[in-house]
This record gives sequence, structure tokens and C-alpha cells, in this order.
Amino acid sequence: MSPRPGYVLEVDRSTPPLLMWHGESFRLERFPSGSRVVYPPEPLKPIEDPDAAIRAALENPLGDSAPLSALLRPGMRLTIAFDDVSLPLPPMRAPDVRQRVIEAVLDAAAAAGVDDVVLVAALALHRRMTEPELRHALGNRVYDAFAPHGLLTQHDAEDPDNLVHLGLTDAGEDVEINKRAATSDLVVYVNINLVAMDGGHKSVATGLASYRSLRHHHNVHTMVHSRSFMDQEHSELHSSNWRMGRMIAASGVKVFQIETTLNNNAFPDPFSFLSRREWEWSLRDRAGYLAASASLERTPDRIRRSIFHSMRAPMGLTSVQAGEVEAVHASTTANVYRQQLVPVEGQTDILTMGLPYICPYNVNSIMNPILVMCLGLGYFFNLYRGRPLVRPGGVLILSHPTPWAFDPVFHPSYIDFFEQVLAETTDPLEIEAKYEESFATDPWYVHLYRTGHAYHGVHPFYMWYWGAHALDHLGRVIIVGGDQAAVRRLGFRSASTLTDALEMAEDVVGRDPTITHIHNPPLFMADVT
Amino acid sequence: MKALVFERSLARFAAARVAGSWAPGGGARVGPLHLADVDPPELPGPGWRRITPLLSGICGSDLATVDGRSSRYFEPIVSFPFVPGHELVGHLEDQPSARVVIEPVLGCEARGIFPPCEACAVGDTGGCRHVAFGHLKPGLQTGFCADTGGGWSSSLVAHESQIHPVPEGLSDDDAVMVEPTACGVHAALAAGPVSDATVAVLGSGTLGLTTLAALRRLALPGHLISSAKYPEQRRWARELGADEVVAPDGIARAVRRSTRSLAAGRVLTGGADVVVDCVGSAESIATAVAVVRPRGRVVLAGMPGVVRLDLTPLWHREVQLVGAYAYGVEHLPGRPADTASDPDLPDPGRSGSLPRTFHLALELVAEAGLGRLVGARYPLDRFTEALTHAAEAGRRGTVKVVFDLRPETRRPAWRNA
Ligand SMILES: [Zn+2]
Ligand SMILES: [Zn+2]
Repeated sequence: MSPRPGYVLEVDRSTPPLLMWHGESFRLERFPSGSRVVYPPEPLKPIEDPDAAIRAALENPLGDSAPLSALLRPGMRLTIAFDDVSLPLPPMRAPDVRQRVIEAVLDAAAAAGVDDVVLVAALALHRRMTEPELRHALGNRVYDAFAPHGLLTQHDAEDPDNLVHLGLTDAGEDVEINKRAATSDLVVYVNINLVAMDGGHKSVATGLASYRSLRHHHNVHTMVHSRSFMDQEHSELHSSNWRMGRMIAASGVKVFQIETTLNNNAFPDPFSFLSRREWEWSLRDRAGYLAASASLERTPDRIRRSIFHSMRAPMGLTSVQAGEVEAVHASTTANVYRQQLVPVEGQTDILTMGLPYICPYNVNSIMNPILVMCLGLGYFFNLYRGRPLVRPGGVLILSHPTPWAFDPVFHPSYIDFFEQVLAETTDPLEIEAKYEESFATDPWYVHLYRTGHAYHGVHPFYMWYWGAHALDHLGRVIIVGGDQAAVRRLGFRSASTLTDALEMAEDVVGRDPTITHIHNPPLFMADVT
Repeated sequence: MKALVFERSLARFAAARVAGSWAPGGGARVGPLHLADVDPPELPGPGWRRITPLLSGICGSDLATVDGRSSRYFEPIVSFPFVPGHELVGHLEDQPSARVVIEPVLGCEARGIFPPCEACAVGDTGGCRHVAFGHLKPGLQTGFCADTGGGWSSSLVAHESQIHPVPEGLSDDDAVMVEPTACGVHAALAAGPVSDATVAVLGSGTLGLTTLAALRRLALPGHLISSAKYPEQRRWARELGADEVVAPDGIARAVRRSTRSLAAGRVLTGGADVVVDCVGSAESIATAVAVVRPRGRVVLAGMPGVVRLDLTPLWHREVQLVGAYAYGVEHLPGRPADTASDPDLPDPGRSGSLPRTFHLALELVAEAGLGRLVGARYPLDRFTEALTHAAEAGRRGTVKVVFDLRPETRRPAWRNA
């Protein structure tokens, strides 16, 4: 039986309470009759022999590219860059797809007699990965072969000795990237495409770029004008990355792009009920829900966090394509859409969403309030094609505990951003003008980013900018069940129940509003007509 | 006359310690402070005048005394029984129209010591070398001396050298803020030259806020960071000139950020050029020493007590730790000699070429509108409530609590306590 596509349910009196994510827990909520609930499509059937599919993709490249084996020769410099710990979510069950692809590339390199190979984690301004995280992404064999010799590196966007300025795009953007990559005969980029904005020229032009270069597209203007990030035809972020990518290619850096897509089989037993439609819950799903809820309720925060963060997704590979960047990305995008697009007719007055415990920037750590904002207003709000699910001036209701809590090792500049910047203003343009420079160049943050496991000092700004389009678009944001002080600091309203929040929304959108709930994750993308 | 009298009573003092440790300000209920009908103080000699208080503030040092928290250091330099109250506006008893504020320090001149010590000779009474001697009983200030009476009563005496006329334009609220503002001015100027420097002020009670106002208007620091615990304090701190206001536990982060310092473990490698501690707790002093830069200066403005403190960073970083207690004259670069004096009233304002702290405070109160900090007024007989309110002022959104001793006719209709 083939997997069912996404589904839009209209709530009536027979509809059971629906599952809503709430950080490291979930709630069952009743929605008013007439509300719409959008469900993701069921997981696509995974490729049965992923290793064979990967080998086939390497030898049958897309676009204007020779097969990988033809690009490899003895004496060459080969750099393999790979996506970092922010993908996929949750982390996938071993072996990670990066491990499979990199092992195949290394086999090909060995067969061709290439011995100058360096691996680079394409971090951009993300935190450096820990050893267990690297071992998980690459597998022990790869890790042990490269790490002890210093050949497993993590990109450093602040290391003047290891960056090369390649020039300016015709729009005047600095293109400055990892020196090892820029001076290699071939860069193989190993990508995971969880959502439509990943991959393509963004891989190298963002993942291996310097702060000087990144700031050209990671700014408020670009982010407000990216409608949406996920929709390549309407994303300024995308256009800027594409200009840079073409400039990188034109300056002689040869990139062999490998992109993979995964199905949305995100939650293992006993959490598989998270992926199912409530009225179809089996006895086992019901038992799983009850057991999980009851035991989570009794569990202290830290342990509950580690239970969730140790969850490994049983995701399967749905496509792999390799070769020239743009041709590869076109095919990847089609594959992402195949899994994720759900047609939805018309916008809504009120959009509700439950936010889970994880987003790309808090793997193995705390989802702080800025990340709550980013996940809701940046990431999920933008999971649309065409136009936003919620109408201009509409209301967004998020459910998340939003604790006033931060990971001091991973997110040091977030603390100061929250305590100092947001205490002053939540306006992205003012924030950018008044504070970005001083955070971005703060020597302590630079030090922690380069030598510890801290996100770059400027990263919380990007998180805030990412939500700028939604801030601009929405009439009100309400967080259900959040820490009141933290929610207020974000500039949002706080409500203790969904019913209260819906009532508060009526001040903005009037009586009898239309309500749409996105039953997410597993992720999907609304194709709004 | 009615007065709040503080007796030396060891038993009651011990009770105050217990009550005060349960709830600050709670000492007023059981401690050695009581409302009594007493004779007004005698005029101690020539040059002394009778003052009728109008408003009289409650200071942190008063609360510490009432609660039995103040250091035993003070024992030889106070005399019992005394009437507290050193922040006051009143009028000369025989001239109801002549409003005055009292500079409480009792220096050589007030004590009848001639020749005066070298500090008093130049008007710097806060540095008097003869405190507790002369023809007055011991008492570092009016409000701690058995002979002078104090502001928490309907009459006290003050020496001409202590009396400053209140200019027309100042309200009673403004005037009662002059003494606490003088403390802020003195603390701010104890910071030394700070133009372009980063200065952190710990605490946003009355002293913290007047210090901020003084720094902003007299010392012109490059960047002024303040710590404030409560929302109303944050609002005031910002209004009075802080560039940045953070929660007390955020001060180290804010200082690190604004000075672009690194950190080694929990220690900043750089830090603020000057930290003015307007709290005076063991914790705040430790914070001050931790966030000041090497060879920087920590000004202790809040009254400390016996504290345990690791001085290693002070030693290693060669930090100056200086006290800032009261007032006298100020070294104020770039300002002409003191000119604010009124020939019709007794006024000790002329002190060589150095401006008196009190005159700077009179100007600052007017300029910054500091009378607005007066947030609650109580009649004397509700002193328990008043002291409790003062002890919880921050939490209750109040800065300064005062006793209102004015006759009904003289009180504004909107008085709020
Ligand atoms: Zn005082
Ligand atoms: Zn003297």
C-alpha cells in the first residue's frame, strides 16, 4: 500500500482531542468545530539498498558533471565537506546517511589513489560538533581514520589563516570561504535535505563561508524579503546564495554536490504515536501516549530532556543525487516536495502549532526562548509555498513551555541577547543597527566559538531576523503554557490554555475566526492556494 | 514634643536583631525605637538654631540601626538616647518661610572645636578628625547624637555651619532628597575622572539612583551600567542616566560585554574602570571586585558591615578599594568655585575654591527632578508601617519613604500614605 498524502481534517464533534507538541511533552487539545488540522503525508517508502543507490548516484551525475570516479586522480587535493549536527532532526538512527555517503566517496578516492583528503564539518556560524556527535554522523571507522591525524576539521568562520576571499558577486557581496576547500582540486559536499531551504549553493556559500560573507544574506532585509525561505523562487536568501555559489564556481572551485533526502519517519517506538492521526491510534499508540505522558510527568526536567534528545529517528533514504550543484538541487527539491507538500486551500485567521523539544540549534541542549521564537516564527511559519498559511494581520498561537533557560556552553551570546538586547527592543531593524556589530566582533564570543562549542556571537541575531518576516506579517503572537516573563521579553502574549489563547486572538481577528492547526512535526510544507 | 527615640537597651537591641533578621524593618516593632513625648533639645551654644522638620527621610543606615544590623564600629561615635533622621527639610523655628536643609555631619565648627582640624578648615567635614569630641556628645551626624535631636521629631537643633537655605523653586520633596543626593554626588566624584570610562553602579535604591544621576551629570562617564532588582528601579535607573540596566546577577555579563573583556574561568580579564557599590553587602562587594578591571577602582558607597571577602583578586589586580561616606567639598575638574549662597541666611557655603557637596546636590536635585523619588509619606505615629515600607521599598515599587511632619495645611492634597 502506498503511503497516504498529507491530509486536511475539518474538526467536528466526533473528532478526538488532538496531539499538540509542548516542548519535552505534549498535550491533547480539543479544537473548536470547523477548525482545520493539517497532517503531514505518511513516510515515503525508503530506498531498499541505500549504499547501492549512493554508488549509482556518484557514477551517474546530474547536470554538467563527470562521474565522481572520473574527477579523482592521484596527487589531487580532495576536501569532503558535510552538513553539521543541525541535521537531520531528530538525529537519525545509525548509520547516519552522511556516513554512508562519505564511506562511498572515500572508497572511490582510495580506488583512484587519492591520498590528500580532508573532512570539514560545514558549520557556518554554528557550534563545533562534539566527538560523540562527529562519531555519530561519520561512523567510528571514518572518525578514527581521520580525526587522530588532524584531517577531520570543523570550519572556522573566524580563522583569518584559513579563509580565502574569492571576490565580490555582481551584487557586491563578499565571497569568502574555507581556504582548504577553496584551494582543493575538488570539493565534495555531502548534504542532508530535511527542508526545501537546505542544500544547493547554500551548502558551500553558507556552510563554508566567513562571517564577512554570510552577513550579506543573513540580515533583516534579506530575511524579511524571503517569502518564504522554503520557496526558492521567492527567497532572497536563496538568490544571494545562488549568486555566491556561481561566483565560487566561476573562480575555479570545483564542487561535486551530493544531496540526500529522507522520509519523515521521525519517531521511533514507543513514540510512533507522534506520527499518527489520532482517530487511527491503535491500542499500542494509546498505550504509548499514556505511558509516555505519565512517565514524563514524573521525570525531572534534565532527565526528560535527555530522554528526548537521545531519541533516534528511524528515517529512511528517499533519494540521493550527485553532480553539478544546480541540477542536483532541482532534483532534490522535487524529492523534498514529494514527501512534504500538502495542498491547503486559503489562509486562516489563526494558526496554531505545538513546538517540540528540538530545533536545528539546540541538539543535545536546551531550547531557549530565542530558539522558541525562531522555531515558531522562523522555521514553522515559513513552511509554506505560495503564501503564508495565516493571513496578514492574523494570529499565531504557539504551545511551548518557553523556559527562561539557556545552555551557557552552547549559547553564551544568546543569554546576553535575551537579557540586554531584547530588554531594550524586539524590533529586528533596530536590533541589527544597534547591536549586531558589537556582538559579532565580541572577542569573547569569537574565542568561545573558535575553541569551545559556542554558537557564534551573532547567531541569536540571525535567529531573530529569521522570524522578522513573520513578525511583520502577524497581528499577534501568543504562547500557550510558557514562562510568562520569558514570553513577555520576547514581545509576545502568554496564555495558560489553548482556549484562553483563542479567546485572546479574537481581539485581533474578530469573532468566529478561522483556525488552522499544523500537526507538525513530522515536518511538512503547506502549498497554500 | 513628639519624637521617635532610639534608646540604648541591650535587651531590646538583641530583640531587634532577631526581628530584623526575620524581616528587614521588622525591628521597629520590638526594637529600642519608640514614639515618645520628650523635651526638645537645648541649644548647645552660640550659632545654633532651632529647626522644625517638614519632611524627614528614612535611610538605609537608619534601617540597619533600627534592625540592629549596623556595625559595632559605631558604638563609640553615637550617643544615646538619640532621635534618628538625618535627611530632612525643615524651617527655622522662628521663620516659617525660611526653608532649610541640614548637612548632618557634625564637624569641628559645630562641635565648638577651634582651631578646626585640617579637613574642617577647608569645609571637608566628612573627613573631620575630631568626630565625637568637643562640646557635643558623640555623634557622627545629626540623627545619631543625643544633643542635637533628629529629623524624626517635631524639633531639633542645628549649627549654622550645617544649615543650607532651600531655593524657591525646590519643592519639599526635592529638598528632602538633597542629603541623599549629596551622598550620591560624593560617591560619584569618588570615582575619580571617568570621562570615556565604563562605570558600573551596583544597586538602584536611593543611593544607587542619586549616584547614577550624579555620575551622568557631573562625571560624564563613557558608558554607565547599573544593576537594578525591581522593575520600578530599572525604570528610574534608565531615566536618571544609565546606558544599560541589568538584573543584579547580570552585571558581570553586562560589564564583560561592554568592555569586550575575555573571561578566565569566572574571572573577567578586563572589566569596568570603576565600580560604585551602592549596596554594601558581602555579595555586592565581591561582585564589585570581580568586575572591576586590573588597576581599576571600587567605591564603597553603600554602608557595609562585617563581610567576608577574598582579597586575592584585589591584590593581584591592584584594585583600589575606597570608601565614600558623606560629603564636604568636592574636587570637580572644569567647574568654577562655589557660588551658590544666599547672603540673607546663615550659610556655610563658601569653602575656599572648592564647591560644597551640598551645593552640587541642591543643583542636581533641581536639574534631575529628584523629588520624584519620594514615593511614600507617613505621619510619625505610623512609624512601624513606614519603616516596614522603607525596608521593602524596592519590592513595593518605591524609592524613598519619608515622614511627613508638616501641619495638615501645608501638605499637598495628593499625599499617598
Ligand atoms: Zn543616610
Ligand atoms: Zn574637623
